[in-house]
Amino acid sequence: MSIDLSQFHQVFFEEALEGLDIMEQALLSIDEPQFVDDETINEIFRAAHSIKGGAATLGFTQISDFTHVLETLLDEIRQHKRTLLSEMVELFLKSCDFLRDTTCQLMQDLTPELTQGSELIAAFEKMLQAVEENEDSSDTYSEMNDSISSSVVAETFFGGMLNESRSSDEKMEGKNMAENSLIKSSKEEVIDKENELGNGAGDGKTWKIYFKPEPQILQTGNEPFRIFRELAQLGELEAQCHCDLLPDFEELVVDECFLYWTLKLTTQASRDEILDIFEWVIDECELTVELVSPEFKVDQSAAEEKKDNLKGIISEEAASEDMLKVNQSNLGATEEITSNGVTSGAKGDAATIVPLKESSVDPLSNKGQERVPLNSDESDSKKIIDKSKQKSIRSNKKEKEVVDRGGASASSIRVGIDKVDSLINLVGELVITQSMLSELGNDFDLDKLERLSNGLEQLRQNTRELQESVMKIRMLPISFAFNRFPRMIRDLSNKTGKKVQLTLKGEHTELDKTVMEQISDPLVHLVRNAIDHGIETPERRVALGKNEEGSIVLSACHQGGNIVVEVSDDGKGIDPEAILEKARDKNIHFDEAETDPQKIFDLIFEPGFSTAESISDISGRGVGMDVVRRNIKDLGGRIEVESKIGKGSVFRVYLPLTLAILDGQLVRVGDEVYVIPLVSIVESLQIKSKNINSVSGNMILYRLREDNVPIIPVYKAFNISADNTELDNALLVVVESDGRKVGLLVDDLLAQQQVVIKSLEGNYKRVEGISGATILGDGSVALILDISGLMHKVANQKKKPKRAA
Amino acid sequence: MIMAIEVPEVTTVASNDMLLDGIDFISDGDQYLTFVLGKEHYGVDILSVREIRGWEAPTIIPNSPSYVKGVINLRGVIVPIIDLRKRFEVSEPTYIRTTVVVVLIVKTGNHEKTMGFVVDAVSDVINADDQDVQVSPDFGGSVSANYVHGLVNVGDNVVTLLDVKQLLTVEDGEVVHHE
Repeated sequence: MSIDLSQFHQVFFEEALEGLDIMEQALLSIDEPQFVDDETINEIFRAAHSIKGGAATLGFTQISDFTHVLETLLDEIRQHKRTLLSEMVELFLKSCDFLRDTTCQLMQDLTPELTQGSELIAAFEKMLQAVEENEDSSDTYSEMNDSISSSVVAETFFGGMLNESRSSDEKMEGKNMAENSLIKSSKEEVIDKENELGNGAGDGKTWKIYFKPEPQILQTGNEPFRIFRELAQLGELEAQCHCDLLPDFEELVVDECFLYWTLKLTTQASRDEILDIFEWVIDECELTVELVSPEFKVDQSAAEEKKDNLKGIISEEAASEDMLKVNQSNLGATEEITSNGVTSGAKGDAATIVPLKESSVDPLSNKGQERVPLNSDESDSKKIIDKSKQKSIRSNKKEKEVVDRGGASASSIRVGIDKVDSLINLVGELVITQSMLSELGNDFDLDKLERLSNGLEQLRQNTRELQESVMKIRMLPISFAFNRFPRMIRDLSNKTGKKVQLTLKGEHTELDKTVMEQISDPLVHLVRNAIDHGIETPERRVALGKNEEGSIVLSACHQGGNIVVEVSDDGKGIDPEAILEKARDKNIHFDEAETDPQKIFDLIFEPGFSTAESISDISGRGVGMDVVRRNIKDLGGRIEVESKIGKGSVFRVYLPLTLAILDGQLVRVGDEVYVIPLVSIVESLQIKSKNINSVSGNMILYRLREDNVPIIPVYKAFNISADNTELDNALLVVVESDGRKVGLLVDDLLAQQQVVIKSLEGNYKRVEGISGATILGDGSVALILDISGLMHKVANQKKKPKRAA
Repeated sequence: MIMAIEVPEVTTVASNDMLLDGIDFISDGDQYLTFVLGKEHYGVDILSVREIRGWEAPTIIPNSPSYVKGVINLRGVIVPIIDLRKRFEVSEPTYIRTTVVVVLIVKTGNHEKTMGFVVDAVSDVINADDQDVQVSPDFGGSVSANYVHGLVNVGDNVVTLLDVKQLLTVEDGEVVHHE
C-alpha cells in the first residue's frame, strides 16, 4: 500500500523553515567559534538532522544529500574531533540560505537551483578533509564523556520537542535504525543514552527498578519473590520494601498485594535482560527500570510498592522475610537501608520503609488515599530521568529559549496550550450561562426579571471574554518579526564595514498575525536605513568620540490599544536643513516657512525622496520611506520620526493591535448608519453659523479655534438623502487623517461601540471612502468610513468640475 | 418531476457498477433554477444557488451604479445585492411580495464569491442536457452575450441560461464602464 506523501509536504516545508531559523539563530549566537558550547552545536545538529530526516522520507534528495554533508561536519564538531572555525560558521550560514531557497523553490513546485549547493558541498568536503589531521589525539577521554553527557541533555530535550509534533514523528518513522533515537519516546531515549553512558563507564551498571504490582498479581500465580530471586542472579541486588499502602489489619485482604519495592541492581546485564524477568507481570504492575549514576542512593529514589501476601499468610512477617531473602542480606542490613531512607528525609512517603509491624498502623488504609502518595512517587521517579538537577535546569532553560525563538510559519499558527485552555474554560462558562438562561425561560414570570437581567449581563461578560480570548489566538509575539534582524545586521555590517550592535527589546509583545506579516517589510526598510544612513563608519564614530560600535535598538511595547515599535540608532541623525534642500531639489512641494522639525521630517516619507548621496544596494533608491508609510497606513497605523543631529534617530511605528475589531462611533445620515473609527475623531460639535466661512470659490471652512477645517457633507459625498442639509446648528464630527482635519456633516450621533470589521471586497469590490462593513446589533449592515479615502475622493470631485469649466 | 427525468440516467449509469451511486444524478449539474425577470425567463445552474430569500432593504453602497442595491448581512457575511432587472434592463423594478433574492455562490480557486440577485419571481427547476442547450444568437439584446450560457426551450417558452461565473463578475467589469 502506498501512502500519498505529498500530504505531508506542507508540514515538512514549515518545519524545515523553522529548523533553518533555529540553526541560523544558533549560528548567530556564536561569538567565538572556538569556545562554542556543546548545546549550541547540538541544537544546530538536531535541526539539521530533522531536516535531513524529513527530506529523505519525503524524497527531497536535494535537501537530504546536502544536509548530510553538513551534518557530517557538525557531528565531528559535536564530538570534539575538530574545532569550530569562523569560516565554518560562515559556511553554515550560507548553507542555511541555500536550504531556505531550495525549500521555497520546492514549495512552489519549482526545480531547485542546485549549483550553489554543489559549490557549498565542495567547500564542506574540502573542510572535512583539511582538518582531518588536525584532530587532536590528546583530546581527553573526559572531554568525550562531556560531550556525550551534554548530548544526552540535548537529545532528551529534542526528543521531547519532536514528540510534541506527531507529524514529525511519523516522518521519522520511515527513517533507518540509526535515527531511531529520534522517534523513541523521550524517556526511552534517555534510557538509551544512559546505556551509552553506562557502557562508557565500562563497569557493571546500577539500575534502579521501581516495581509496583497490582493487588491481583498474586491471584495469577506471579510471585514477586521469584522475580527478585531471578534478578539476584544477574548481579548484586538490594531491595527496599514499601508498605505504606498496607491497610489496617481488619481490612486486609489476604490474597491481595499491597507492597511495592524499589530495587537496586548492580549488574552487567542489559536493560532488556532485566525487563525479560518481568515479562510475565509487565501488564500487571507499574515498572520503571532506570540507570542510575554510581552515587545513586536508594533514598533518593521513589519508592516501589507491593503488597505481598504469600502463601495465604497474613503477610507482614512473611513479606519481610521474603524481602530479606531477596536481599541476600540480613535483617540488620535492611534496617540500615530503612533508616537511611528515613534520615535523609526522602519525600515523606518513602520513609515508610519501616519494620512491617509498625506499618500496619499506617493511617493510609483507604485505597482512595493510597493514590496520593503514589502519584507523587511517580513524579519523583521521573525526576531521576534528569539525573542531576543542574542538567535539568539547563535543559529547561534551553527549551524555553528555543520556544521563544520560534519559527516563522507561513500558513499555520502554533497556539500555546494555555490559550486553548482558557478558551475551553470560557466556553464552559458560556454553556453554564446558556443553561441557566434557558431554564429561566422555561417558566418565566416577571418576578424573575432581575435574574434574567443578571443572566444577560453574565452572557455579555462571557461573550466579551470569549471574543478577547479568540483574538488572542491570532496574537503572536513580535519576536517572529524581529528574528530576521540579527542575521540581516550581521550581513549588512559586513557589507558596509560598519560595526553595529543590535538590541531587541520587548520581543514578547504580542500582535495580530496579519499585522505582523505586513509590518516585517517596513521594519526591514527602517533597519536598513538606520545602518546605511544613520550609523557612521567606525573611524568617524571614533573621531566623534562615540563608541566604535554603533547601536540599533528594536523595541516593541503596548500603549493603549496600539502597539508601538521603535527603531532607534545612535548614528548621525537627520539634518532638517538637508531635508529641505533635498526637497527643493526633488521638487517636492512643501511649505518654505515650515520650522516644525516634525513636519520637516515628514518630508522624507514623500514619494521620490532620498537623501543618500550614492545609491547603494542597501537603500537609497528613494522608494523606501513612502512605501513604508503607505504600508503602515494601510494597517491603520502611523509613523513618527524623532531625531537629533549627531545623536541619532528614532522611528516610531504605531500599529493597531488587531485588524479585526475597531472602536467606532456610529453616526446617522438620512436612513443610513455609518461607523467612524474612534481613533480618527478629534471632536464632535454643533456648528455655530458665525464660524462658517466661505473662501476661495465656495469652499466652506469651519473655524475651529485657530484651525480652519473644511466641511464635507457626507450626504453629498455619498449621494444619498439626508434629514438636514442646512449647516446651521448641524452636527459636525471633526476627524483627522494624514495630519489634516476635516469636518463631517452628519444628521445624528449614535452609540460608540466596538465593531467587527468585515470585508466588502470579498464579494464586491473596493468602494472609495469606505474601508469595510460591519454588522450592527439588529443584524443590519453599517459601512465603515475610510477618512483619508473620503478626503481624497472629495478633493478629486472638486477638481473635476474645475477642469470641465 | 425530477425523479421522472432522472430515471433513464440512473439505468444507463447502472451498467457501470463503479458509478452506481445515488448522488451521481444530482451532481450532473444540468439542472437549472429558472426565474422571471419581467416577461422573460432565465435560468442558472442549480448547484450555484445557495439560497432564495425574500426581499429586504439592503444598506446602500455610496456612489454605486443604480442596479447595485446595496449589501445585506447573510449570517455574518456581507453580500452585495444586484437587481438583475435593472442590470439587464428588462423591466421596471418593483418590490412586492413575490420579489425574491437568489443568492448565488461561485468558487474560483480558493476564493468563494457570494452575491444576491433580485428577480421578480422564481418559477421552476428544469433539466437540460448539453444537446438541449442552443447557442444564443447575438442579436442586440440588452443582456451582454458574455453572461449567456445558452437558450433552452421549455414548453412554449425560451429560457436564457446565465453563466453564473460571469454573472458574479458583473461588478468589476461593468462598474469601470460606468466611471
